[in-house]
Amino acid sequence: MSKFGFTINKPRVIDYDLADKRVLNYVLKNEPSFNLCIFCGSCTATCSAGNFTDFNIRKLKMFIRRGLVEEIGTEADKCMLCGKCFLVCPRGVNNRNIVLKVREALTKIESHEL
Amino acid sequence: MNKKVVVIGGGITGMEASVQLSALGYSVTILEKEGQLGGHLKDWTVLFPNLRKGNEIVSFLEHGLELQEVNIIYNSKINEIKKINKHYEIILDKQKSITADAILVATGFDLFDAHRKEEFGYGIYENVITSYDLEKIFAQKGEIKTPSGIKPKRIGFIHCVGSRDEKVNNHYCSNVCCVTGVKQAMELKTLIPDAEIFNFYMDMRMFDTHFEELYLESQKKYGINFIRGRLSEANETIDKRIVIKVEDTLTSRPLKMTVDMMVLLVGMEPSKGTKEIANLLNLKMRESGFLKPEDDHTMSNVSNMAGVFFAGTCSGPMSIKYTFTDARAAVTKINCFLKEYELQNRILVN
Amino acid sequence: MNYSHFVLPFTIGLIVLLAYMLVRFGVWIYKLDSDDKQRILKNIFSIKSLQAIKEIFTESLLHRNIFKTNKVLGYMHMSLAFGWLLLIIGGHIQTWIFYDRLSNPIYIPIFFEYFVHNKAGMLFGEVLTFTMDLILLFILTGVALAYFKRFYSKLFGMKKTTNLKLGDKFALASLWLIFPLRLLAESTAASLHNTGGFLTQNFGNFISGLIPVSFFEPVFWWAYSISLGVFFLSLPFSRYMHIPTELLLIALRKWGVKSKETFDAFADVELHACSRCGICIDPCQMSSTGISKKTPASYFLKSVRDKETNSYDALNCLMCGRCEDKCPVGITTTNQRLAQRINLANERQGDFSYLKDLNYQIKTDVVYFAGCMSHLTPGITRSMIKIFRKAKVNYWFMDEDGSACCGRPQKLAGNLEAMKQLMDFNKKRIVESGAKTIVTSCPICYKVFSEDYKLEIEVLHHTQYLNRLVEQKLLPVQADSKKVVYHDPCELGRGAGIYDEPRKLLTHVATLVATKHEKQDSLCCGGSLGNLEIEAANRSLIAKDVVDELSKPNPDVIATACPLCKKTFIKVSSVQVLDIAELIAMSIPEKNEKSGERKKITVLQEELV
Ligand SMILES: Cc1cc2nc3c(=O)[nH]c(=O)nc-3n(C[C@H](O)[C@H](O)[C@H](O)COP(=O)(O)OP(=O)(O)OC[C@H]3O[C@@H](n4cnc5c(N)ncnc54)[C@H](O)[C@@H]3O)c2cc1C
Ligand code: SF4
Ligand code: SF4
Ligand code: SF4
Ligand code: SF4
Ligand code: SF4
Repeated sequence: MSKFGFTINKPRVIDYDLADKRVLNYVLKNEPSFNLCIFCGSCTATCSAGNFTDFNIRKLKMFIRRGLVEEIGTEADKCMLCGKCFLVCPRGVNNRNIVLKVREALTKIESHEL
Repeated sequence: MNKKVVVIGGGITGMEASVQLSALGYSVTILEKEGQLGGHLKDWTVLFPNLRKGNEIVSFLEHGLELQEVNIIYNSKINEIKKINKHYEIILDKQKSITADAILVATGFDLFDAHRKEEFGYGIYENVITSYDLEKIFAQKGEIKTPSGIKPKRIGFIHCVGSRDEKVNNHYCSNVCCVTGVKQAMELKTLIPDAEIFNFYMDMRMFDTHFEELYLESQKKYGINFIRGRLSEANETIDKRIVIKVEDTLTSRPLKMTVDMMVLLVGMEPSKGTKEIANLLNLKMRESGFLKPEDDHTMSNVSNMAGVFFAGTCSGPMSIKYTFTDARAAVTKINCFLKEYELQNRILVN
Repeated sequence: MNYSHFVLPFTIGLIVLLAYMLVRFGVWIYKLDSDDKQRILKNIFSIKSLQAIKEIFTESLLHRNIFKTNKVLGYMHMSLAFGWLLLIIGGHIQTWIFYDRLSNPIYIPIFFEYFVHNKAGMLFGEVLTFTMDLILLFILTGVALAYFKRFYSKLFGMKKTTNLKLGDKFALASLWLIFPLRLLAESTAASLHNTGGFLTQNFGNFISGLIPVSFFEPVFWWAYSISLGVFFLSLPFSRYMHIPTELLLIALRKWGVKSKETFDAFADVELHACSRCGICIDPCQMSSTGISKKTPASYFLKSVRDKETNSYDALNCLMCGRCEDKCPVGITTTNQRLAQRINLANERQGDFSYLKDLNYQIKTDVVYFAGCMSHLTPGITRSMIKIFRKAKVNYWFMDEDGSACCGRPQKLAGNLEAMKQLMDFNKKRIVESGAKTIVTSCPICYKVFSEDYKLEIEVLHHTQYLNRLVEQKLLPVQADSKKVVYHDPCELGRGAGIYDEPRKLLTHVATLVATKHEKQDSLCCGGSLGNLEIEAANRSLIAKDVVDELSKPNPDVIATACPLCKKTFIKVSSVQVLDIAELIAMSIPEKNEKSGERKKITVLQEELV
């Protein structure tokens, strides 16, 4: 089972050689617009869920990019799928589908399908 | 008889190119749709990178026009352009027409209309203005006030408004707005020394030599703050101040900031006039709507129509320096064409 | 002589088919939930059943709905279905009269001309023979059109015809042969016994000069019977199963069974009632713009029947409801899609336990819920605030500082559980406010508030609310000469049936001009939250098409009533795009503005925060 939330005892260095790219590759394959993100943060700034809780959709995507799958825990479950983030995104990133695909990938990892 | 060149658009590009063409012995006519020359330049008070006054450049160009004989037709509206053998027949309203052996399109750019970014509140919240509006405020001299009439204590500049934004169909970078933001921040700071100024950016693109120094200076001498985060939306408080909502991407946290005035650094779009001329002449455009040269490396001022050339911001965002350079480059190209130089026949081999 | 072996293929085929359908229908009805069964019991012996028969007559036989879309196609369907029924009825009448008794072997009416050669003295013998020939001719024209359609489907105003399976091929081939073979069988019989009508007798005499009719007569009767038998036996394995299924569907609907979002027996009946007529293909903008040829309901329902659905196809649809509106069978295509989304949804649906009580002690008359999207269109929210104040309404801007999403996007993604969490949170806040009315600026929120929240208070979209304020003269507005076209948002128009209030409102403040796409026919802007797969660039492709259509009458303003439509259009439109709320707010005469007012507003706001 993956840990819940962002872990406190993170290793100091992101060892990219150990990156877990399963989620990244799954999302890229099923929602190619993931590649278009320039991490401007507009999505996080406007996020409906972020209004209530410590949820950062941009950071979530960044963690997936860096292969820090252990650390994303249940973050993706906080998204309400409201679609505001798409409306502000300067790159047309389909964040709602990314969230759905991340959840799918995590379920598949748990059931050893990925 | 001198060969005739018609220059469409009397901004900096058109003015400088006309003077140079005239100096080469061509008979030159500028067709300007407005009642005066200078294009956008007349709206900028102080210029980057060296904080020179805008009208110094205008007088420089006007001096050129005095030295050289150039016909200028103001308030002209082009109805039709016909190609007759090797000439072009340009038909203006009132049935006037002029012939040209070559045409230079210098129809420039339009400023992005900030109303289209509704979530930024331009036209809805009083104290949201554009960089263009700020230039107008600078031009008025005197004390700087927000539209609500107070002296701003905190000001936010928003980069990339209408540029690099899929949501308004402008995918390109406007090149000049980052440095404009830095320049305007410094000017404001000079005028209101106790103001706090924040620039909200995605990437700082100080794209020309010595622009980085300006960025450095803005931090060193003026204490301008830079926050890496793009505005998602703005709100208005009861006392008409503006709440900026971004993610401070470097701390990875959403950030709210209330400012007295928010300045939108609007980008460049291909001008309406450019699109009109492109349609009349069947010129190729890029997806962005800017004019497309025959080859990106070797034919930068050459259009797909023989005898039609273009220069300046009608082909993409550029600063004054490059506008001058581009205008002169186009003149060389036109000269080669009209003199039918051998080197005109060079082709690219893949 | 009342029997011949050739009747066997027909008789066996018919009996097997009837038995199959009895079982199939029985299972479907058995699987309905108990509420639905109650409804059936309540209505089956009522006028509703007569209405069902009437509808079966107009839709399944006369094909009124197909007629509306396409006259030639309608005629083709009608001649086959209605004509065939008339033949059967006519056959029975002939049999009853001739044999002078009501119960006869089931094959006699079908093969009457084989068994009866001496009609002399038969009541109405001549008239009936003539009528039967006329009906056969009527059917044959339809069959001819069907042949023609296979090869020139453009003539029927349809670009694509759906593909065929093996069962379909058998059924189609036998169906196409039935009536020509009947013509041959009856004609050869007529030429032998001189019993035909204007068609069969003349045609019989004609072919008797070409072939040895006494040899061919039994061959044709056999062939006719076999084609009928093959048709009946292949029917359950073919698309033609939709014909009997549609009859059941019509009856179930009349008896009060309704389509649900989750997949149940009724949905299965609907699914099998789809005739694959393809009428839903052309209105689908995903298809007409070339973004996805696979999206239209016709193909999607086929993939569901074939158990080949996948999440990509299920999610790659705008949920605009254009197909549903046009479907002649009345299949609830959007619910069908939703049901599949629900089936395919991930177990991780979202966890909103972070939504904590906000402990707002707000009491109000009207709750204003702008909706997530409206926060990106301050033009709309500011207009609403201005209007509330002008009309002196005691309102509470519930999601002023952002709020939990209404839940509809969750539903559209198939996440019912997640949707419920969000609804519970919002509902509590709405109920606690004591409001009598909730007004929203977003058609997406409107739909979920009015359909799923089960609120006891009145739910209004702002167009309804504003229309009421204006009509009750609670809000002064001034007419303007602006030329305006109106775009119906999918969720408000087809989704919630609100077409009139926005139009009435607009006529108060501007000159409303019609476009080619009004009300049910309105297009989808492309911004749809319902499509989770579509690329940003393709959204703009759709939007561009729509803006071009809306701009045709050269309007000054494209008006709409949805923040998402507005944002989607602004990206591609050179004409100004405004929400109705903005147009109304602009038209409030300025002279009433008092300078003291701002202070009052400030107080009001502070009370709220
Ligand atoms: C906010 C902002 C600030 C800037 N500040 C600086 C600065 O400080 N320093 C710097 O180096 N650069 C600056 N620039 C860039 C500078 O403004 C441009 O490089 C320059 O104005 C481009 O000149 P142009 O002649 O190509 O186009 P324009 O200035 O747009 O001139 C085009 C002319 O063509 C005319 N025209 C258009 N269509 C037609 C038609 N169909 N028929 C006839 N006439 C037509 C127009 O009326 C206009 O006069 C700034 C740009 C922006 C957006
Ligand atoms: S708004 Fe778009 S580009 Fe910016 S961080 Fe979010 S997804 Fe990436
Ligand atoms: S869709 Fe999810 S990530 Fe995007 S704004 Fe809404 S809650 Fe946030
Ligand atoms: S120059 Fe700077 S502000 Fe302008 S578009 Fe490029 S990155 Fe954005
Ligand atoms: S869903 Fe309706 S319109 Fe579409 S093919 Fe089936 S019956 Fe025809
Ligand atoms: S709901 Fe709209 S997008 Fe989906 S299949 Fe029907 S017409 Fe096409």
